[in-house]
Amino acid sequence: MASRTALRGLITGRGPARSAAAAFISGARSISSWWGAVEPAAKDPILGVTEAFLADPSPHKVNVGVGAYRDDNGKPVVLDCVREAERRIAGSQNMEYLPMGGSVKMIHETLKLAYGENSEFLKDKRIAAIQALSGTGACRVFADFQRRFLPDSQIYIPVPTWANHHNIWRDAHVPQRTFHYYHPESRGLDFAALMDDVKNAPNGSFFLLHACAHNPTGVDPTEEQWREISYQFKVKRHFAFFDMAYQGFASGDPERDAKAIRIFLEDGHLIGCAQSYAKNMGLYGQRVGCLSILCEDELQAVAVKSQLQQIARPMYSNPPVHGALIVSTILGDPELKNLWLKEVKGMADRIIGMRTALRENLEKLGSPLPWEHITNQIGMFCYSGLTPEQVDRLTNEYHIYMTRNGRISMAGVTTGNVGYLANAIHEITKSG
Amino acid sequence: MRPTLVAEWASSTSLFRSRKACRIYSACAARSSDPAWFVFVVLVGLKQSAMAGTVISVAFASPSVSPATRECHKVPFEVSKSEINSSGVGRHVLGRGGGSPFRIGKKYSGRVTMTVATNVSRFEGVTMAPPDPILGVTEAFKADTNELKLNLGVGAYRTEELQPYVLRVVKKAETLLLEKGENKEYLPIEGLAAFNKATAELLLGADNPVIKEGRVATVQGLSGTGSLRLAAAFIQRYFPEAKALISSPSWGNHKNIFNDARVPWSEYRYYDPRTIGLDFEGMIADVKAAPDGSFVLLHGCAHNPTGIDPTPEQWEKIADVIQEKNHIPFFDVAYQGFASGNLDTDASSVRSFVSRGLEVLVAQSYSKNLGLYAERIGAINVVCASPDAATRVKSQLKRLARPMYSNPPIHGARIVANVVGNPELFNEWKAEMELMAGRIKNVRQALYDSLSEKDKSGKDWSFILRQIGMFSFTGLNKVQSENMTNKWHVYMTKDGRISLAGLSLAKCEYLTDAIIDSFHNVS
Repeated sequence: MASRTALRGLITGRGPARSAAAAFISGARSISSWWGAVEPAAKDPILGVTEAFLADPSPHKVNVGVGAYRDDNGKPVVLDCVREAERRIAGSQNMEYLPMGGSVKMIHETLKLAYGENSEFLKDKRIAAIQALSGTGACRVFADFQRRFLPDSQIYIPVPTWANHHNIWRDAHVPQRTFHYYHPESRGLDFAALMDDVKNAPNGSFFLLHACAHNPTGVDPTEEQWREISYQFKVKRHFAFFDMAYQGFASGDPERDAKAIRIFLEDGHLIGCAQSYAKNMGLYGQRVGCLSILCEDELQAVAVKSQLQQIARPMYSNPPVHGALIVSTILGDPELKNLWLKEVKGMADRIIGMRTALRENLEKLGSPLPWEHITNQIGMFCYSGLTPEQVDRLTNEYHIYMTRNGRISMAGVTTGNVGYLANAIHEITKSG
Repeated sequence: MRPTLVAEWASSTSLFRSRKACRIYSACAARSSDPAWFVFVVLVGLKQSAMAGTVISVAFASPSVSPATRECHKVPFEVSKSEINSSGVGRHVLGRGGGSPFRIGKKYSGRVTMTVATNVSRFEGVTMAPPDPILGVTEAFKADTNELKLNLGVGAYRTEELQPYVLRVVKKAETLLLEKGENKEYLPIEGLAAFNKATAELLLGADNPVIKEGRVATVQGLSGTGSLRLAAAFIQRYFPEAKALISSPSWGNHKNIFNDARVPWSEYRYYDPRTIGLDFEGMIADVKAAPDGSFVLLHGCAHNPTGIDPTPEQWEKIADVIQEKNHIPFFDVAYQGFASGNLDTDASSVRSFVSRGLEVLVAQSYSKNLGLYAERIGAINVVCASPDAATRVKSQLKRLARPMYSNPPIHGARIVANVVGNPELFNEWKAEMELMAGRIKNVRQALYDSLSEKDKSGKDWSFILRQIGMFSFTGLNKVQSENMTNKWHVYMTKDGRISLAGLSLAKCEYLTDAIIDSFHNVS
């Protein structure tokens, strides 16, 4: 039997039979692999930057690539409130499986952040919510859910956006469209084109919106603009899915950063929302987040939640407990929560300070280009306007690492390196 | 034309008596040119209701949509009677609990502009998902108030006092972690390097040539489930026509995983109800009959749910057939250490396949053997023919993981790396592993002794001793299993599986009575 298969493999030269041929020829050991057709995957554009940075031996190297907060010494930060929470929970809990939907306490606290401390929707139990694997996991479960229950729907994604958004909805097999967002000339919001896209999309389309601190541009609509967007969404009966990965990080005030969502809620939209504690609580590697969908009533919320769990079960069964415990410990204790609010503001303030410093440095150097956008933009990222070629030069000549779309992670800027960074940018751009 | 309201509307008056929000769907018709009529009907319907706060949905044609694309829009709104003005039209304040208004535009020359404040949910048609057959058992158990209740549902280890157990080595590792005070930065997509190294070595043996030659692609995954899912997604992408073969029975979630990953599957015979043992001939025949190049899902040790493992000789024969058919072995190793008590022994099936030069997939989990259930720590390993293939495979597994969760959770990985990487802790772990597996073996013996003594029918219960690992397939059918729960408050899965990890010596007698009753008195 084996030899017949091998012979067929030799003649046809195809797939498994070919491996059989090789195996037969070589004896027990198969030399040709099953994985012949597996190409090396392209490096992730964002996480690949940090890999390259780590490999660089230069003492001047600067990492303004991945959006992970650094203190003024360029060091990762574990918040005091987090350390304290960990001390409290260490050894106190067994590690039994969380319910499929995750930690109930953590979800409740998390929803309060997004929907409001005294949200009527929480009281009325109208929010279907599950603990998710940070923002990515929340988006992915939503995308799968959208695919399963509204298979004809598609998702409108802003241009530009976090690259992984495209991967997520693609792997969920939801067709993608884009809508205008960033206005390169002004380095601001292309509001007119955005509204046109909203109006021209078929009624009932799904839109992905960044609740605050747009990634990668740092460009957010004003409150007035959000109100107009919300109104138009009502007219068109669009579905708003908010990705809120930076609540607290944009302005320093979580309530302010949730304004867009609150506007939509006031206007009666039944939104979806992905939340993450990766940045605002520094819990990056813990993968803690939440996916919520506001429903018409409690009954529907129960049904929707059960279906979200059904999607999670064959993906990872139930979510990891450690990060969730940290979150619920902090948010459930008024003192720790206040400490957290202080620390979040501290992080946001440092970034705002670095924005100011970078802009001032560039202007002092006499740069011919406009740099107000550095301080106009908000959150962790600054869309510098640098071209991929300019970014490559920054990396190769100055050992400055950022993503090739010109996105600078302000969290990686320190008083120690802002001068160097400004100088490098100036050198690269002064000739225009 | 008017919006047509179907007969449901008429019967809807009974719904108004319901305190809960209810929805009525009406067929939509052409655009309304007379919103007054529309509102009138609403008012009539509501007059019959004494209930404020009732939500009714009325479908109507959207005037903003072109005739070619008429849509039905279901709009939930609440009519607040006091705010309807005398003409019945004009400005009506409708909203949930005094919230957002529903405004009817004043101009209606053939068009009605509706500004719907409260949007219709897009997910109207979402029905309740069935409770998970396994995790749902624990939820039902928790809800039971009877003091005799016994949870033999989910495979989570319990002490003799039926308490969850945090291993001492885990507590020590966590203390170490607290002291080190490491940061919480993102792991790389493939996970913690120290963990990946430790887990591959634990599985294959530190001096296994395949490791030394760099032929193993290891990616940290979200416990067993997440690791299986990554592999299934990989299979779907690179072997879109290939089938997965799953044992009958198997862990329930296996099918869900392949379904959601869109990998077609079929079953191979495994459990023989007549012997309450392995249907070896059936298994071999089914594996042979499958198309060449299928992915054969095998349980490395301690088969879930039956507890029935092939003997070493049978494993060899299985490997022969797989090799012959050019199938790819896909091991699920969720109980390494839990079957025999020895980590190496429990990995012998995997190692023997690998030593034949076969390329294999292996999913691992540390939920049970390190008690790290909720930390979600595991790995997917792909043993490849060459280091180059391993590199490429790893890169593609990462590409699948990135849009699922970006990078895996760090805490469990650090615990495992600390335990396995520290010789003292590792030895302690091995000892604790032996204790846990030992307790289960004792409980098996006790259950067997008790059944043999109390059951006067002469039935042979020795299969309990032959089975291995956390679970035992009792041979009880669905109805009998339900009797176990309904009459005896013994919670188990409907396929007759009991988790011995949830059984104490003290409860053996009670369980014996329940089993004997269910087996003999219920058909």
